[in-house]
Amino acid sequence: MKLDSKIPEGHISQKWTDYKDHLRLVAPNNRPKIDIIVVGTGLAGASAAASFAEMGYNVKAFCYQDSPRRAHSIAAQGGINAAKNYQNDGDSTFRLFYDTIKGGDYRAREANVHRLAEVSGNIIDQCVAQGVPFARDYGGMLDNRSFGGTQVQRTFYAAGQTGQQLLLGAYSSLSRQIGLGKIDMYNRHEMLELVKVDGKARGIIARNLITGEIERHSAHAVIIATGGYGNVYFLSTNAMGSNVTAGWKIHKQGAYFANPCYVQIHPTCIPVHGTNQSKLTLMSESLRNSGRIWVPKKIEDAQAIRAGKMKPTQIAEEDRDYYLERKYPAFGNLVPRDVASRAGKEVCDAGFGIEANATNEGVYLDFSTEIQSKGKQTAYAKGNHHPTAEEIDSLGKKWLEEKYGNLFTMYQKITDENPYETPMKIYPAVHYTMGGVWVDYNLQSSIPGCFVAGEANFSDHGANRLGASALMQGLADGYFVLPYTVSDYLADDIRTGKISTDLPEFVEAEKNVKETINKFLSNKGSKSVDHFHKLLGHIMWNKVGMGRNEKGLTEAIAEIAALKEEFFKEVYVPGSSDELNPELEKALRVADFIELGQLMAMDALQRKESCGGHFREEYQDAEGETLRDDENFKFVGAWEYKGYDITKEELHKEELNYEFIKIAARNYK
Amino acid sequence: MSAAKNINISLQIWRQKDAKQKGKMETYKLNDVSTASSFLEMLDQLNEQLINEKKEPVAFDHDCREGICGMCSLYINGRAHGPDTGITTCQLHMRMFNDGDTIVIEPWRSAAFPVIKDLIVDRTSFDRIQQAGGFVSVNTSGNTIDANATPINKGDADKAFEAAACIGCGACVATCKNGSAMLFVGAKVSQYALLPQGRVEATDRVLNMVRQMDEEGFGNCTNTGACEIECPKGISLENIARMNREFLSASLK
Ligand SMILES: Cc1cc2nc3c(=O)[nH]c(=O)nc-3n(C[C@H](O)[C@H](O)[C@H](O)COP(=O)(O)OP(=O)(O)OC[C@H]3O[C@@H](n4cnc5c(N)ncnc54)[C@H](O)[C@@H]3O)c2cc1C
Ligand code: SF4
Ligand code: FES
Repeated sequence: MKLDSKIPEGHISQKWTDYKDHLRLVAPNNRPKIDIIVVGTGLAGASAAASFAEMGYNVKAFCYQDSPRRAHSIAAQGGINAAKNYQNDGDSTFRLFYDTIKGGDYRAREANVHRLAEVSGNIIDQCVAQGVPFARDYGGMLDNRSFGGTQVQRTFYAAGQTGQQLLLGAYSSLSRQIGLGKIDMYNRHEMLELVKVDGKARGIIARNLITGEIERHSAHAVIIATGGYGNVYFLSTNAMGSNVTAGWKIHKQGAYFANPCYVQIHPTCIPVHGTNQSKLTLMSESLRNSGRIWVPKKIEDAQAIRAGKMKPTQIAEEDRDYYLERKYPAFGNLVPRDVASRAGKEVCDAGFGIEANATNEGVYLDFSTEIQSKGKQTAYAKGNHHPTAEEIDSLGKKWLEEKYGNLFTMYQKITDENPYETPMKIYPAVHYTMGGVWVDYNLQSSIPGCFVAGEANFSDHGANRLGASALMQGLADGYFVLPYTVSDYLADDIRTGKISTDLPEFVEAEKNVKETINKFLSNKGSKSVDHFHKLLGHIMWNKVGMGRNEKGLTEAIAEIAALKEEFFKEVYVPGSSDELNPELEKALRVADFIELGQLMAMDALQRKESCGGHFREEYQDAEGETLRDDENFKFVGAWEYKGYDITKEELHKEELNYEFIKIAARNYK
Repeated sequence: MSAAKNINISLQIWRQKDAKQKGKMETYKLNDVSTASSFLEMLDQLNEQLINEKKEPVAFDHDCREGICGMCSLYINGRAHGPDTGITTCQLHMRMFNDGDTIVIEPWRSAAFPVIKDLIVDRTSFDRIQQAGGFVSVNTSGNTIDANATPINKGDADKAFEAAACIGCGACVATCKNGSAMLFVGAKVSQYALLPQGRVEATDRVLNMVRQMDEEGFGNCTNTGACEIECPKGISLENIARMNREFLSASLK
């Protein structure tokens, strides 16, 4: 099959408007004859489900948690971008578009990204209208801050809980429609298979996680909005239940999986504490606005710190290496995430890491300079022009508390250290997956009628994602893109009528799901699901992590294939199928992670260049920066499933054309 | 900071096969728990041990493990979210416990939160309260006015945000001797009452949400304040007072 991205003709600034004007519509009286399934109720799914219901379609929405309000979007801390130019610092739709394309290391689709930038302002208006309490200044206007990879202040936020507030906004719209009876909400339900009829997506098989019942649900279109697959690494900043199952199941049914190797490693997470660790905690990137990142300049000092003989506060200013400010003077501590992450790894690999654990991996994020400057500022603002050192210190800390209080508390609870008094320790961790199901401009996968939104698709971020852009994409997809493009697709379905779940395709799909479940439960293995998940994570982090090379990737592919064999032979899943069974849920998810992990390594191996979050050690310049190969790799790599053996998957290439932005080396110096 | 060490503990955990069957406390021994582990990591460790012994692991709710999704619950040693304040169970760390301790773990107990299995309860009553009015009736059409067209006083915006910070965990209900959901509902009502966008339908909102709350079988508030003490997000009693005022004026209309 040829990959048709369906990007409309015309000037970039007019494409979406013109296109929208010509999409087909479904008349209001016909909409109640049409059913739509939305899997996932994060920002992308909740906003889509609410929008479809408002339009008059019948919607069924699914999530695996006990409430749609708990989708992983809730955890996003830092903020959401929008080109509003409220700060009058030169922001515009074009600039947001440009920054996002550049941030993605020229591996994203121009047309999609421009559309995202175009609707960004609308997202903020919409959320405010819903009662999302964004931060405001004393004049009552919305406040902004800046994030990595940009030189304007375009990030809207609600303390360190932006994702929470945005999701609660979308959840409230969703709740309104549930209350009105326009959405049937299926909590604690997991989609385990897609059902295709005549080649089109026509329904799903879901498991009721409380009773274990396997259910058939039909619809005229299916939207997958199930989030990212970072948990393939076991340790990540993702919620424990985040998984790739829905995306992987549709992949097996014919949806191409694009750029799986693009994973964002976030620079500011709390370092790993030990072998029982179950997940990693992010400290919002917004902290880089106020914190300065450093390690000791002298290796003896780093050693003394690790041995507990010295405290970071005892190291003199001139003995600190503020390596980001040194290497990237223009952006300093605000370089994009991949750049900051790699720089952190580099100093730790060189022996300057400060964490006293097996790996010594950790660097400091220090707020003392900010405490001084903000303390002084606040004192002056209060008319105190001769503040004492104590006054400055206390006012500065108060300022920090107002801005980042919950993050500081969170850090203290986890590490037992007070970040107001001593610098935070941070280290990169797996965070966001830019790859995902391949979709065209309509967000339709290569299966007709199966659309994919939010982090689950590959579309807008390229090889790297700038901060505050995933929330933006999720809501853009759900509120402002899918309502148009899905309606266009459904225009053919006004006479189709209800789709029966008695069709042989449903019977067959249900049978397959039941067989898989029974296979796991009757397996005579002896090892837990987590045992295998941790092994997978280990291979992934070491060989498909921050730096990749041909040898490691080749090894990883073989090792994961072997792990898969062993998993199906040796895994032990307790309990039965007709009850709440978290181990069974995990087993089904890990089976998909293992196969995806192998594909990620294959994708990383074929991409013989470095770009954004994908750093192939063989391809770097003299200064250790990424070396792209635009001649040969300016494409989206979309994989087609070919059966049990993942190495048989076929790579299709969607060439990327940059018509409106001049492609250039990415430079943050 | 205290350096991490390993401790041995004994656990008494509520086991209940499903909603219909009677449950009971079971005792487990667990050794070599790192004090740097979180409480849920300790339970993972217990489950790993149970799975290796071919016994059924303990079911408990959790997802983000970052204190924000509101999914984790657990009544630990007689307190919602355990012996620390201002946190959820996933943020509770084993350094709060000593070598040789016995820890008692129970599910949230409230008529409006029936047990589903072991430590997992059904909190969908919260969703239904929200569906009864916890929203602003604006369509997601993208035709809304510019976000800065309606300035909002910073103090009000901050207060609305503080109320909106509720994570819907249910600790307030679990810890209240009456099983009242007033803190949760008060938080939601307050958020919208404080913002101009939410004022239009404020009257219906409070009446509908309170009616639904009563229908779900939550108890009455007698101002004991236990909810505020155990709330991981510091939602204050002020919100209950604000809801009562809203309710009173709505009832008089
Ligand atoms: C800690 C953290 C902080 C972040 N901070 C920021 C930030 O400041 N700014 C920013 O822009 N982005 C941030 N991000 C990224 C951003 O939050 C996510 O990319 C985004 O929220 C994903 O939204 P989503 O709707 O695609 O998916 P999610 O919110 O992950 O939703 C997935 C949904 O799918 C459901 N689901 C999954 N699988 C199934 C299945 N098989 N069956 C049924 N239901 C299923 C889940 O129940 C859930 O409802 C952050 C991410 C993390 C992890
Ligand atoms: S008010 Fe507090 S305790 Fe109650 S549900 Fe909200 S966050 Fe939890
Ligand atoms: S697991 Fe999300 S709040 Fe505890």
